[in-house]
Amino acid sequence: MSIFAVPNGWVKSPHGAERLWVGLALAWCLVLSAAMPYWHFRGKQTSAGEAYEVTPADFDRRVQKFVAAGQVGDRNGLPIVEVPPGGHGYMIGKNWQWYPALKLKKGVEYKIHVSSADYQHGFSLLPVNINFHVLPGYDHVLTMTPTEAGEFKVICNEFCGAGHHAMTGLIIVEE
Amino acid sequence: MGNLIAAKTRVCATTGLSVDLDAQRFIKLNAVFGVVSLLIGAIAAYLLALTRWETVALLDPMDYYKYVSLHGLNMLIFWILFMEMAILYFCATTLLNSRNFSRILSWGQFGLMFAGWAIVNYSILAGRASVMMTSYVPLRAEQEFYLGLILFAVGALLGVMNFFGGIYIARRDRTYKGSIPLVVFGALAAAIIAVFTIVHGAIALIPTWLWSLGVTEKAPDPGWYRLIWWGLGHCSQQINVCAHVAVWYLLATLTLGAKPLNQTVCRVAFVLYILFINLASAHHLLVDPGVSAPWKMWNTSYALYLAVMASMIHGFTVPASIEVAQRKKGIGGLFGWLTKAPWKDPGFSAMFLSLVIFGFGGGITGVTLGTHQINIIAHNTLRIPGHFHMTVAGGTALAFMGLAYYVVPLIFQREYPLRALARIQPYIFGAGIVIMGIGMTLAGSMGVPRRHPDVDFTGARVAVDMGAASPFLAMLGIGGVIAATGAVIFAALTAYAAFFGKSNKGRAMTSWQTPEQDRLTKNLLTTAWDPSEGGKLKTSGTVVLTLIFLGSFVVYYFANWKALADVWYVK
Repeated sequence: MSIFAVPNGWVKSPHGAERLWVGLALAWCLVLSAAMPYWHFRGKQTSAGEAYEVTPADFDRRVQKFVAAGQVGDRNGLPIVEVPPGGHGYMIGKNWQWYPALKLKKGVEYKIHVSSADYQHGFSLLPVNINFHVLPGYDHVLTMTPTEAGEFKVICNEFCGAGHHAMTGLIIVEE
Repeated sequence: MGNLIAAKTRVCATTGLSVDLDAQRFIKLNAVFGVVSLLIGAIAAYLLALTRWETVALLDPMDYYKYVSLHGLNMLIFWILFMEMAILYFCATTLLNSRNFSRILSWGQFGLMFAGWAIVNYSILAGRASVMMTSYVPLRAEQEFYLGLILFAVGALLGVMNFFGGIYIARRDRTYKGSIPLVVFGALAAAIIAVFTIVHGAIALIPTWLWSLGVTEKAPDPGWYRLIWWGLGHCSQQINVCAHVAVWYLLATLTLGAKPLNQTVCRVAFVLYILFINLASAHHLLVDPGVSAPWKMWNTSYALYLAVMASMIHGFTVPASIEVAQRKKGIGGLFGWLTKAPWKDPGFSAMFLSLVIFGFGGGITGVTLGTHQINIIAHNTLRIPGHFHMTVAGGTALAFMGLAYYVVPLIFQREYPLRALARIQPYIFGAGIVIMGIGMTLAGSMGVPRRHPDVDFTGARVAVDMGAASPFLAMLGIGGVIAATGAVIFAALTAYAAFFGKSNKGRAMTSWQTPEQDRLTKNLLTTAWDPSEGGKLKTSGTVVLTLIFLGSFVVYYFANWKALADVWYVK
């Protein structure tokens, strides 16, 4: 009984169906463990966590410089900036928006730097459904290759204060 | 032998076990505040469910954030931890035939937890701490919020120390023969995990409190905070798993006379929790900056998933023990042990539903979402609360509800009113959680964020359309309302029973089962029998169920790899 003390001598190995199940569970756990390293080498998606220390003010200056150098349009006052093919793009979460909008080309690899000027944010690319965490003080570098063209939205999916629910951004991918 | 003082002990008229009156008082106090917290959390749950159900969209954003904070802390921390304190008192005294270790420690436990509970709830309701349960820095709540959490945690630590003391004196005074019962062993595992959980909490929250007071100028580093805070946040959920697995074993024995097939297997599984669960805090950092892919893979694999294996083992041993007990009573067929189970006993139905929802709903999704790369398509979406409502609410809370249907008659010595309603309550709550969990999981698969009051993004500069997820958000809303109703029914019935229920002092509790079922169970509880009987008592029904489980697991897991393979290349 589970509620009564057990006399000494209870140590014994399982047998029958129980033994089989313990074996199956262990085998499945080994599959689970092997799947991640396999995908690390063979898959196209992972989170390497590449990041550099940066103050929010410094990162904001880089964003401003990036916008000044590459702005090609705007959407409701949000600058759209073309990222040079294979080059570096910058996006900052602040005052409840993702700034600026980025313009990318399909099939080209980019280094997208994402950081925060204030609180923790969640970079969530829709409708693709790619999600990364964004922290103030951390320049989070995402090496990204869009595999489809179109207009994609970025929302914030980590609670970041009063304006969290209206925090959005934009990534445009051209053929 | 024994250390009980006759004047401070009573003998339970139902089970024949000795109950230390000192421990009984603290079981009652903690259980009452647990249920009150559940009621607060359930009222908040109505508001949240009706906000995320877009056609209702009840709360404005700031109220929504306030009530998410209130709901999270009352459900995940207060209700669960008060109940766990009650379980620790019970395990260290009644099940060991021993007395409560220290009344001073016990009052310290309850007093500090009560103070922390009151301060935190005041702080949130006054709008001074709408920072969610996680209170991620540099978001800042008013200082009393952190102080309340610290007081609550210190109280819990005193309760754990009192439990260790209780185990020690029971052993010293030889109040039991052989090894401690399996249920106490599970509670001991939970208590050990609680110690390092609370230490993590102190390391994360004390510097944050000092910062909120203005003693230090700089907030703790947000990445560091997340790492340490989740040592509190995730490990505390593992205390729950240990505690509710112990409750599964307890209820299987109380309601059916079940006996584990192999004590070694069950106990080793608890030890695996203690050894490997700490790493699980990494699950929350899988797409974080500053931690490398190898670090994420190693930690998320629970060092080769040994804690997952522990849960899979309990998922077999609990139903197998039930099946064997039922077969011993002469019930045959592949699933006769289930179809002829006491489904009208809320202690049994809550326990078995908890097992199924936790395993199929919470377990499979948890391992999948916690896979390093798959987390990219899941992090902070509604899939996450979809998962943990099926573990913590469908698993832990439902198991604790089942426990209450025995604690109130046996410890409060009062009967439940409206017994027909009590009998269906576990089904209402369980169904609500499952509907809501599936709705959340499907909406989250489309990228709908958690902790978000308005997926129309009213007022945003760049419009976002999530209309396609509307049916699933409606499911969330409807399921949420059903589950909250189930929780309110439970809280109301339990509170009424505890204070005004018909007294059963001096006689056995009114059984939830038929006299025939009672007779068969009593036979098993009072005679010596060997659950394996040299392999004569089969567990074929359990084998079929667990193979269905494993099959579902494999399909869901690989379907998610496929979904991941379809998104942009990213690292």
